[in-house]
Amino acid sequence: MDLDRSNHYTLRRREVVKILLDQRDSGLLIVAGLGAPAWDVTAAGDEPLNFPLWGAMGGAVSIGLGLAIAQPTRRILVITGDGEMLMGLGSLATVSIQSPSNLAILVLDNERYGETGMQATHTAGNVDLAAVARATGFSECHNIADKKRLRSLLPQIQKGEGPLFINVKVRAENLPLVLPPKDGAFLKDRFRIALFGSDAVS
Amino acid sequence: MTLWTNDIFQVLVNHQVRQVAYVPDAGHTHLINRCGQYGEMVSVPLTTEEEGIALLAGAWLGGDRGVLLMQSSGVGNCLNMFSLTRTCRMPLLMLVTMRGEWGEFNPWQVPMGQNTEKFLKAADILTFHVDESNRLGEATEAAARMVFEGPAAAAVLISQRIIGTKTFME
Repeated sequence: MDLDRSNHYTLRRREVVKILLDQRDSGLLIVAGLGAPAWDVTAAGDEPLNFPLWGAMGGAVSIGLGLAIAQPTRRILVITGDGEMLMGLGSLATVSIQSPSNLAILVLDNERYGETGMQATHTAGNVDLAAVARATGFSECHNIADKKRLRSLLPQIQKGEGPLFINVKVRAENLPLVLPPKDGAFLKDRFRIALFGSDAVS
Repeated sequence: MTLWTNDIFQVLVNHQVRQVAYVPDAGHTHLINRCGQYGEMVSVPLTTEEEGIALLAGAWLGGDRGVLLMQSSGVGNCLNMFSLTRTCRMPLLMLVTMRGEWGEFNPWQVPMGQNTEKFLKAADILTFHVDESNRLGEATEAAARMVFEGPAAAAVLISQRIIGTKTFME
């Protein structure tokens, strides 16, 4: 494990998400993994078509898959962290079998468990999440560590044929909390109302 | 195909269930095959059952109804993920084939099988334990109605008496 490495990565997580969601397509559906990724997505704008998680660790990709199957004409973007992804590695194999072309998974990999005190995750060692995704059968897997590469891959993340998996190495840092609503039933209902209108909760 | 499988399948069709998530079990074989051949359903094999809880939450966000098929040992894998179902008040329909309860030959199945219903109750999930095959259709119908009109989370527990006790002699 290299505890110092991610202190020196040039990409900053909030800026990565801001670039991703700048001029956001109104049809985009986002699932944000618990902890920092949910705060990052919220910092870019708390939207009804965000589904930020406060728990369900290991489930973000599976939620994205269910959504991608249900809404095949929309783009689904799962933004999660390395710790959350490590808890649900099997779900990558499950996605690969379904192979939804509208699903993109982006991991903000700071090699730490941010919410519990910045302890090292397995990616601080030799674990390469993009390589794991490739081994499960994803054909589009990328590791990104600089802004130029991020910008060049943007069209693919937003519109390219999926499923695709992007691992972004980001600096380990503690940032001010930007919290989304905490009530899960509210988050679900506002998401469905935004998609289907008020009948969705009647 | 056994009659109870047809009964359950028909209930799923009537309730417009679309995403069928499962970890294979011998007792679910016919139902899994039947759903897999039906064009209005999407079969999603999982690596572990908790994926199914998250998958069906995503399905519901996107407007799809779903069902999760698993055996009793899989319920144990789902416990923390049930927080998602409960906190978000997601509908969740589960069909659980029981092991470790009626003439089980494998003692490793017994701890989970003997406590499946207890764990589900602890997670505030409605349970319908059925040990006569001719009542499975109506139990699934009752569960599906409460799930999709609630929303609620419910599990139909299909007794090992119905499925038969597995041996290595088969």
